[in-house]
Amino acid sequence: MSSSLAADPRTAGPGGAAGGATAAADPAGPRPGRATVRRRNLRTGLLFISPWIVGVLIFIVYPVAYSIGLSFTRYSGMEAPTWVGVQNYVTAAADPLVRTAVGNTLFYAVIAVPLGLLVALTLAIAMNQNVREVALYRTIFYAPSLIPAFAMSFIFIVFLNPQFGAFNQVINLFGGPNVNLLGDPTGVKIAIILMAQLGAGNAALIFLAGLRNIPRTIYEAARVDGAGPIRQFAAITFPLLTPVLLFNLITGVSGALQVFTEAYIVTNGTGDPDAGALFYMMYLYKNAFGFAELGYASALAVLLFLAGLALALLIYWLSRRFVNYDVEAG
Amino acid sequence: MSSMMRTDTRYDVPRKAADAENYNRRADGTVRPWYSTLTARIVMIALSILFLLPLYWMIASALKSDQELAEFPPTLIPRSWEFGNFVEAVTAMPFLTFFANSAIITVSVVVLSVLSNFVIAYGFACIDWPGRNTMFYVVIATLFLPFPVTLIPMFDMWARLGLVNTLFPLIIPAAFGSAFYVFLLRQFLLQIPRAMLDAARVDGASEWRILWTIAFPTSLPALTTVAIFAAVASWNDFMGPLIYLQDESVQTLSIGLQTFRSVNAQDVSFNQLMAASFLVILPLLILFFVFQRYFIRGITIGGFK
Repeated sequence: MSSSLAADPRTAGPGGAAGGATAAADPAGPRPGRATVRRRNLRTGLLFISPWIVGVLIFIVYPVAYSIGLSFTRYSGMEAPTWVGVQNYVTAAADPLVRTAVGNTLFYAVIAVPLGLLVALTLAIAMNQNVREVALYRTIFYAPSLIPAFAMSFIFIVFLNPQFGAFNQVINLFGGPNVNLLGDPTGVKIAIILMAQLGAGNAALIFLAGLRNIPRTIYEAARVDGAGPIRQFAAITFPLLTPVLLFNLITGVSGALQVFTEAYIVTNGTGDPDAGALFYMMYLYKNAFGFAELGYASALAVLLFLAGLALALLIYWLSRRFVNYDVEAG
Repeated sequence: MSSMMRTDTRYDVPRKAADAENYNRRADGTVRPWYSTLTARIVMIALSILFLLPLYWMIASALKSDQELAEFPPTLIPRSWEFGNFVEAVTAMPFLTFFANSAIITVSVVVLSVLSNFVIAYGFACIDWPGRNTMFYVVIATLFLPFPVTLIPMFDMWARLGLVNTLFPLIIPAAFGSAFYVFLLRQFLLQIPRAMLDAARVDGASEWRILWTIAFPTSLPALTTVAIFAAVASWNDFMGPLIYLQDESVQTLSIGLQTFRSVNAQDVSFNQLMAASFLVILPLLILFFVFQRYFIRGITIGGFK
């Protein structure tokens, strides 16, 4: 059975399997029966997915439209919104804190996303090794993904404490001076990036699914042809993993644009020192729920939405060059 | 160890069962030399230590006294074993209230997610209707929508309904499906032989009946995966409770611990915070260890493409 996203399930049986059953029962005139079955299937199908359709309308279509509308207003959440045209967007373009937030978020994304893919792929390969205790490793590598961001942040606050944290002990061991990562605008970003790597388990599981879908016969053929492990990885594993890589890349970028919780907790909601952990989502949250500037925050949300969309399309467009759909792995 | 490797033949592919027996045997039947897995093992043990470190650090800090926590260099193994920190953590804040709120939200979200996403995925995977592939692309597209763009209108909506400061804004959306879970379950459902479904249809079974009697029991590993994902996401959610739950009586563990820490910022004891954090993740750790073999299989069998 094909597991391809693009696979057309209707090809599984011409006209649908139920249509086929009707045709067998009425060989003289299958077409009207098939049309009836199709109509009935359409009704049943739509009925089954109706929770999703209702959900999309209430939780996606309505709020996105409403958000776009609000972005052209001044709105504190109390009185009715007043129309201000594109003023919020003009303000955003000139807002130095928007620039800081965008800079911080890009810094995070550029380092955390590729590093995250590398860590997740390494874990996935480790999770896929043929050793007796592999289930134990899988459990261990996934376990930190269960630790919520807020608890992980508390751990890092203790771990990185400049007075008594273990981090400094390690640095001292190698002759380095005491550092206060969380007290430095760049350091705090690096700390949050490192923290995120411990949650690579989810992306690793998706890579693992991809690894297990690669037919073993390809590796056997390659080994017969004399290909070593590195050659096998470069010529088989990596190309066949590119669709999964694309999935993890897009979700990784999308997640990086929305980084919030760790920064909120590590900085106790301030984003300091020197706005070094003021990520875009933090600034959006502050405007919406701190300063009651819901109109301005909506404009920031719309800009984030457009940036995310543009990045996803760019990645998708680039992916046509490197993503390999030639071999049906599965 | 052996119990972890035991496989459930009902859901397993033969290849994996073979792995368990012949982990050191190549596909062509030759036995791998002992040193070929040794390097892999060394790397994996090193990675394991790295990934267990935060958990260990959390437990070790939770067991230290205030003085020992402030010592430099820090002790690797707690000298004092202050189990009292756990008692203090639970009594210093309304821990049980937070716990109950988290539990109500998480259990409701898990039940609703499993049911709604399964019915939706069945509609996409097992019923042939015109336009379903186009519709499925729309599902995938919503996967890439950044949620912040819906944040403010959703808050506005729940505020108008008078439901801010109740648990409903964090529970109700789960009844309407989510793109990632629909995707995961659909992949799994596509593996059920169509002939089996058609045979049931010929026998006159309704789609609803087929869903419950054939599709549901077959999909238990995938449903376990969805349940664990939903439980972790809901139990650990920070931003949702931060926005919707202002009163202490409705706060969850995630937001409650942060409130506790910021209110007592001057003299917060991190050993108590670590003890409380450990109690927070304990239910998830137990859940995961019990169900982990179904969980990982639920993802890897469905496959991603």
